[in-house]
Amino acid sequence: MIRTLSYAALSGTLLLSVNASAKDTTTQQYIDTLTELGYPAPKGNELVHIPPTMEDLESAKLHPELKRVIRRGYDLFTNTQQLRGENVFNNMNCSSCHLGEGRMPFSAPVWPAAVTLPNFRGKNDHVNNLEERIAGCFTYSMNGKPPEYGSDNMLAISAYHQWLAKGVAMYPEKPIYGRGFPAPDRPEELSYARGEAAFEEKCSVCHGNDGEGLRVGNETVFPATWGDMSNNWGAGIVRIFTAAGFIKNNMPLGQPNSLSDQESWDIAYYMSNQERPQDPRYTGDVAETLKNTEARFHKHSMYGQTRETDGHVLGDHSNTGEKPFLKPDSIRSRTFE
Amino acid sequence: MKKIPILLTALGLSSCSAWVFAEADAERGAASAAMCMACHQADGGGMNIAGGESWPRLAGLSATYISKQLHDYKSGARSNASMIPFASMLDEQQIEDVAAYYASLPATQGKGSEGADEATLNRGQQLAERGDWSAYIVSCKSCHGPDSQGAGGDFPGISGQHAGYIEAQLQAWKAGNRKNDTQDLMGSIARRMSDDDIHAVAVWLASQSPAGN
Repeated sequence: MIRTLSYAALSGTLLLSVNASAKDTTTQQYIDTLTELGYPAPKGNELVHIPPTMEDLESAKLHPELKRVIRRGYDLFTNTQQLRGENVFNNMNCSSCHLGEGRMPFSAPVWPAAVTLPNFRGKNDHVNNLEERIAGCFTYSMNGKPPEYGSDNMLAISAYHQWLAKGVAMYPEKPIYGRGFPAPDRPEELSYARGEAAFEEKCSVCHGNDGEGLRVGNETVFPATWGDMSNNWGAGIVRIFTAAGFIKNNMPLGQPNSLSDQESWDIAYYMSNQERPQDPRYTGDVAETLKNTEARFHKHSMYGQTRETDGHVLGDHSNTGEKPFLKPDSIRSRTFE
Repeated sequence: MKKIPILLTALGLSSCSAWVFAEADAERGAASAAMCMACHQADGGGMNIAGGESWPRLAGLSATYISKQLHDYKSGARSNASMIPFASMLDEQQIEDVAAYYASLPATQGKGSEGADEATLNRGQQLAERGDWSAYIVSCKSCHGPDSQGAGGDFPGISGQHAGYIEAQLQAWKAGNRKNDTQDLMGSIARRMSDDDIHAVAVWLASQSPAGN
């Protein structure tokens, strides 16, 4: 039942059930599309999983009440703005970064979290489960306050993740095809000026000249790429390599892999040179915060660095954006003692 | 200190407007639009013509979008035998006025979904709302905004547009006959759509409520 190419190769067509065969066909369709668009084909040792769709959910053998909760999770994932002012304090939806509703390889598909956690996480230096990992996105990427552990909304979002992982064994040993936003090789030199020019040419029609994005009514169409309505300084995507990987693999929308490696890195570098709400790990002093977070995180961002164009020290402020507090309760260490 | 640049800007704008052109005026636009009505109808609702060239609804579309299309017809960036002579008759001021006029009209319901079967409508809804990532077709709403009713001046409302018009435009993009979208954003997606998918999404969008600006 697991959608892996190796499974298809090893099993032989005669042994495959009709259902598994249909799934392999679907997986192959995705791989063909991705490789045509310039993504690498899966390597022989990689785990390839294409998650089921919401159409598949309707025909799945699951309790109707579970289906209802998964649908609720999907709805929260794709319209997270419904939690605005409660859990979300910027213009982001989960699906703003996790394209294709969290299902697409090379767009940080979310199902790996359901099969690789609980696990140790360097960012907060302790073992996290799926809920705590989701809480991390709310804390940083949504500049927010996570739904409470065990709450209806947290459970629904978790259930959606697990549904997407359907059929994958826990703690897979193979590397996962298309996990995260794989960054292209870092070019020798990054340029603010080139990044700014490329942003204006390739990104601004949707994201605006000031990175403000576009909203219609209470819904986000194009997310803000910096500023108060964007991720805060603690979000993974403020790391230049993560942003470069996201951009290269996913932007402009519908045209993945169309930007050069240099353009992707320059745009990411330009973005990391813009202001955004304070990192919730802020101690009141940007130099001290940088010292605490540099090794695990901010060595990859421009946080605490001086912007070359005007001498501004990035992150040297106490602005938390629309969020009326700095640090949600979710940021805490665990000792298991 | 802060007020000085604003004051200077205001003076600059008012002195410019005297010799560039006046602000768009929907009432003046109504007069210029007289020649548009034969096809686009008195209410700006256009007409769905099965098997022929459908005339799009303009009522309630973004003025920025209409203005850009008229400019593109004049410059040749967008090609259409019926439209080029009419667009060429309009000067800059008239383009802005006509665009403002149609933007001010209440949006009317598109046609062309009558009698469509359920499977076609379901497929169309899926494409419009969720896309089909197996072919890397992103959803309509991801650029055209909530309910595909339009987002800013670059991404027009397509909900409630005539099916015949949407289908013809997607086919034109697919064939490379329409290229006036920013950065080929529509073209790159249309080229990945099958004829059946283009038909399905056009029919479903026509069945939906049109935008109002």
